[in-house]
Parts: sequence; structure tokens; C-alpha cells
Amino acid sequence: MDKTNIHAGYKPKILVEDLNLYYGQKQVLKSINLAIPENQVTAIIGPSGCGKSTFIRALNRMNDLIPEARVEGKILIDDENIYDPDIDLVALRKKVGMVFQKPNPFPKSIFDNVAYGLTIGHHRPKAELEKVVEKSLRQAALWEEIKDRLEQNALKLSGGQQQRLCIARTLAVEPEIILFDEPCSAIDPIATSKVEELIHQLKKNYTVVIVTHNMQQAARVSDFTAFLWLGELIEFDRTDKIFTNPANKLTEDYITGRFG
Amino acid sequence: MRSVKKKGVFGDVREGFIHRLFQASGMLAILILAGILALLLYTSVPAFKEIGFKEFLTSTRWDPTSPEKPEYGFLSMLASTVMITMGAMLLAFPLGVAVASYLSDVASPRVREIVKPIVELLAAIPSVVVGFIGLNLVGPFLARIFNLSNGLNALNGSLLLAIMALPTIISISEDSLNAVPAAYSEASLALGANVWQTLIKIKIPAAASGIMASLMLGMGRAIGETMTVLMATGNARAFPHGFLQSVRTLTANIAIELGEVPFFSTHYYALFALGLVLFLITFFINLSADVILEKQKRKLQ
Repeated sequence: MDKTNIHAGYKPKILVEDLNLYYGQKQVLKSINLAIPENQVTAIIGPSGCGKSTFIRALNRMNDLIPEARVEGKILIDDENIYDPDIDLVALRKKVGMVFQKPNPFPKSIFDNVAYGLTIGHHRPKAELEKVVEKSLRQAALWEEIKDRLEQNALKLSGGQQQRLCIARTLAVEPEIILFDEPCSAIDPIATSKVEELIHQLKKNYTVVIVTHNMQQAARVSDFTAFLWLGELIEFDRTDKIFTNPANKLTEDYITGRFG
Repeated sequence: MRSVKKKGVFGDVREGFIHRLFQASGMLAILILAGILALLLYTSVPAFKEIGFKEFLTSTRWDPTSPEKPEYGFLSMLASTVMITMGAMLLAFPLGVAVASYLSDVASPRVREIVKPIVELLAAIPSVVVGFIGLNLVGPFLARIFNLSNGLNALNGSLLLAIMALPTIISISEDSLNAVPAAYSEASLALGANVWQTLIKIKIPAAASGIMASLMLGMGRAIGETMTVLMATGNARAFPHGFLQSVRTLTANIAIELGEVPFFSTHYYALFALGLVLFLITFFINLSADVILEKQKRKLQ
């Protein structure tokens, strides 16, 4: 296997080089090398506790919030190492948006939720905000359902609507990469199919990384799949290859449900 | 097979007894409150009869021992209480919320472990000690700064009450900031907000109910405080016109006069009327704190 896992014909957007991550004494990620291709959907799969969420949170440095977390190695996004000391965290997190496991809209109106990322730090005219809010909600396929009640509290929406609102909120700050951390684990099947549909469309304009413990979901939405096991990257390849003809025995055992 | 039918009546009796016991203790609290209110009302009635509501509520002169014409107006003392309390809250509320925010979101766990107990220790200082500090330290200091003959005035009282209300405001505000789901701050940070913006735009609004409650409870503490203000504010009976004047609060006046008043005199009943006023003020504050909390809770759901 090529050390950096770069696939021919695909320009890498994120290049992970020899990434080690520790929580205190415990090593959670072990020398991971991975090239996440631009404008593709990359799924990260693996059993619980394999480091999927830790890995995806390393990509926008959300792990910085955990005091005992320590990172070695490099993550290059557009050739900039995001762990360099001269990285602006605010700019990084605007460029690398994130949608969380549980829908987590703010206890504010729908409008204010979507506009939040734009209003922090600077003032923008209301007309401009309205434009961005509408555009983001349309992109998140939520506009038609809620266009008449933008002032309503976002917590009144259903779980699936809340998750699409969170996606709209992320889109509003115009990221280049969107990270999904098990985005459908807390919503119902119909809402799940809507979110999956959305992820599929997003790859036209964004690079998408999605963590999921649902292999059917990985197979449905992703172009590439990375299989993590006990903090190690076991296999990374095109999704159809991983699911039909995996190179590694562990991968095969996992996707056929022999453990998990 | 095990039967799940009741065996004997002992269990039922015991359950019933425990149920009643808890019910009785709950009722006791209400009874005591009602009893205090009844006593205050009962002993205030003669005062209102003899003085009249009009004088009590509209006069600014409180001079029960005047040989010519005793007068019982509560306005100057009410104004003093309100003034000192508001002054204290103006100082303590912003500071308290700032400290709470620092402790909940900025401070490292180590710093928090050290600072939190110290803040709570502040609440353990007896009010007479705080009053002593006001008398001997803050007073002379204020006198020098503002070039006064002495520093026993409303500002002194406000400063001390601010310190006394701080622990309440800090710990209740911090609790409510910590109760804000971590998912909110995560979402905010992931959208590119920094810690400060997350605090101002997400955490403090989400914790507003608890923060308002902390203000109300701090206020309750300040209004009811007696010994400190008695020692630090000079106790002049005149209507207050500024923070550098000596003032006498409702609590201080009751404490000063009740020890020397002839029993069952108009003056005696009038002091109970002041107590009734105090009771109503704190009752109203607590009630509005509850209403605010309830409204916010419904909004958050």
C-alpha cells in the first residue's frame, strides 16, 4: 500500500501524514496516513472505540478542547499544516465545517441559527444575512418546509429538521470541507435518507468526510472508505472496492459483520 | 412461580405513614410562612389604624419620638434600602457574572479548584465582620477619597453588600452556565466562534434564567442584610439624596429601635409595619425570580 494513500486521478484536499493522537498516556490514533480526495465523499468506518470520531475531530482541531489530547504528525489542508502554530483556529473552523452526532441547534430562532456563523465577529446588513440564510436553507433542502416560520425557535423542529438546520448553519459560513460525525445516528430513517441525499449533492461543491458505524450508509453515500481498527488505518480505497473486494482480511470480516 | 400479590397490610401502613410524614414536613414550611405573615399583618394593623396609610406611605419623615408631633413615614428608609441594594447589584452583578464566566469557561481546572472554594468562603464571613471592615477600613478610605468627615454612607453599604452578594451571584450563575449543554458551545466553536463570542452569544443567553435568578437571590440577600448596613451606613434618618450621604435602611431601623420601644405603643406597631413591608418586598422578588425561571424553562424546551 502506498504510504500516503493517494489515489491516482484524485487531487487530495486533506493529506494526513503520520498522525498520532494521545489522550494522556493512551494512544488513540496510530501513525495514520491518508489522502482525502477533493469533492468526494469519504466515509470513515470501524467498530466503536476505533478512533473514528477522534480522527474526524482532529481535522478541525475540535480535539483542542480536550486538555489531555496531544497530537503528533501533520494534517495538511491545501498544503497548510493545520497543527502549525501560525494557524488561525477561527479561519480553520470556518473552512472545515462540522455537523455533529446529535442535532444541536442553538436555543434561538431558525434564522439566527443559520446566520450565527456570519454574525460573530462582524456586523452584516440584514438583507445580506437574509440572502445567505435562504441560500443555505435551500441547499440543506429545508427551505420549503420552514420558510414561513424563520422566527420560530429552532428547538421546536423535528430531529431530522434540526439536523438539516445544523447542516444549513454549517453551509452558511461557506466551508470547503464538511465533516459529519455520525449525522444520522439520532434521527429516524426517513430523515436519514434526506440527509444522505443531501450529502450526495454536497460533494459537487465540498469535500465531505463522514464518520458512520452504519456500513450500508457508508456504501450508499461515499466514494471512498477508510476502515479504522483500534486506532490504525487498516484499509483505504474506493468504496465499491472496499465493499466488494477488500484487500485486508480484517476489513472483510468487519464489513461482512463478523465483528463490530 | 412467585406470587406478586400483597402480603399483609404492614407495607401499606408504612407507605402511608411515610407519605404523610413527608407531606406534613412540606406543609410545615408553608404553615410557618403563613404564620409569619399573619403575625406581621396582625401587629401592623394597629399601626395603620393609628397612623393611617397615607402618612405611612407618603411621608418621608420618620420621627416616632418627637415630643411635638411624632411622624411615621417609611419612604426615606425604603429609598435607602432600594438605593443601597441597587448600588450593590450594579457593582456585584457584572463582576459576579464575569467571575462565573471565567470559572466555567476560561479558567483551567486547577485554577477553578482553587478559586471556587475561596469564593464560597466569602459567604461564610459573618456579617458583623463585614460591618467591622466597613466601619474601620472602607469608611476611612471613602472619607479620604471623597474628602468627607466620615465614610459611613450609602456607598459604603453598597460596597459591602456587593461583596456579600457576590458568592450567591457567582455560584448560581456558574452552575447555570455549566448546565448549558456542551453541544451548544461545540457547535459555536466549530462555526469559528472563539471562547468569548461563544460565551456572549450562546452560553450567557442560554443560562439567562439562572443568571437572573442569581441576581434576584443576591438582591434578596442584600435587602435583608441588617448588621452590615447598620454598622457601615451611618443610619441618618433623612431622605437620601446621594450615595455619599448617611442612610438608614428598613432593616437597620428595626434593629435600632425595636430594642428600646415601649411594647404595644404606636411606635412598636409601626416597626412591625416596616417588617411587613420588608417581607412583601422579598416575597415579591422571590416570586418574580420564580416566574422568570419558569418562563425561561418553557422557552428552552
